[in-house]
Amino acid sequence: MEIGLNHYLTLAAIIFIIGVVGLFINRKSIITILMSVELMLLAVNINFVAFSSFLGDLTGQVFTMFILTVAAAEAAIGLAILVVFYRNRGTIHVEDISELKG
Amino acid sequence: MIETLIFYLFATILTGSSLAVISLRNPVHSVLFLILAFFNAAGIFVMLGAEFLAALLVIVYVGAVAVLFLFVVMMLNVTVESFRKGLTRYFPASFLVAVIMLVQLISLFGSKTDILVKPAKASASDITNTEALGQILYTDYVYLFQAAGLILLVAMIGAIVLTFTPRNRMRKQIINNQVARKPSDTLKVVKVETGKGVG
Repeated sequence: MEIGLNHYLTLAAIIFIIGVVGLFINRKSIITILMSVELMLLAVNINFVAFSSFLGDLTGQVFTMFILTVAAAEAAIGLAILVVFYRNRGTIHVEDISELKG
Repeated sequence: MIETLIFYLFATILTGSSLAVISLRNPVHSVLFLILAFFNAAGIFVMLGAEFLAALLVIVYVGAVAVLFLFVVMMLNVTVESFRKGLTRYFPASFLVAVIMLVQLISLFGSKTDILVKPAKASASDITNTEALGQILYTDYVYLFQAAGLILLVAMIGAIVLTFTPRNRMRKQIINNQVARKPSDTLKVVKVETGKGVG
């Protein structure tokens, strides 16, 4: 059986759904939520690269590179905020993060 | 045939390690499985003919982002058992949403069969993927490339500013005080009588 575009798109869909489910069932820990977001971005990257390869257009790969850049920046900022919050409050549970609620 | 086998190998390990990322109890194990997932995604990228992005995924994600996650997880000293309380409460809703989304996406991909084309990699066979990417990245997309660098700069400054704590225990040199210091402020000549001491 030949591996076509459908296979890659289905794989990306499965990874994306796993990321969404991870967001749902891990509502306690911010670290796992950030990892789920990384999984979803990875699924989007697989989509971009698959279309770029099958359509013969390199623009998708350039876009994937920018997604990687933004994902790296997001991870760095998110983890820095997490470290600062843990230093102030001593916990990283999501329910305890309610200072802005007023 | 061998390509099919390799694809299913990578896809199976990628899916399984992604499931392990979201379902394991210990965050350190989750990060390690995230690294495995990124490695297998890099293998998928190589199969698609995007070697440069595969190398970038390994270097940036495995080398920087996943290790950053690992550092933070190990630094924060979170208790393992305190998570996973709401796992069963939200599981039916998330399962429903996941099944609906998956069925929709896969039926969308299965309905359109005319996009099932062979990879058009024979167009420029004498030029590698890295070279082709560089040729358009530094010409057509040079402003976006600079903007990406700017994003990374802002992220770096933000991370440093957020986590920086001024250390006020450290003693610094104050040059004004040193220059303004006169001998009459600090030196005192004391006439010591014999047998009495300075007291």
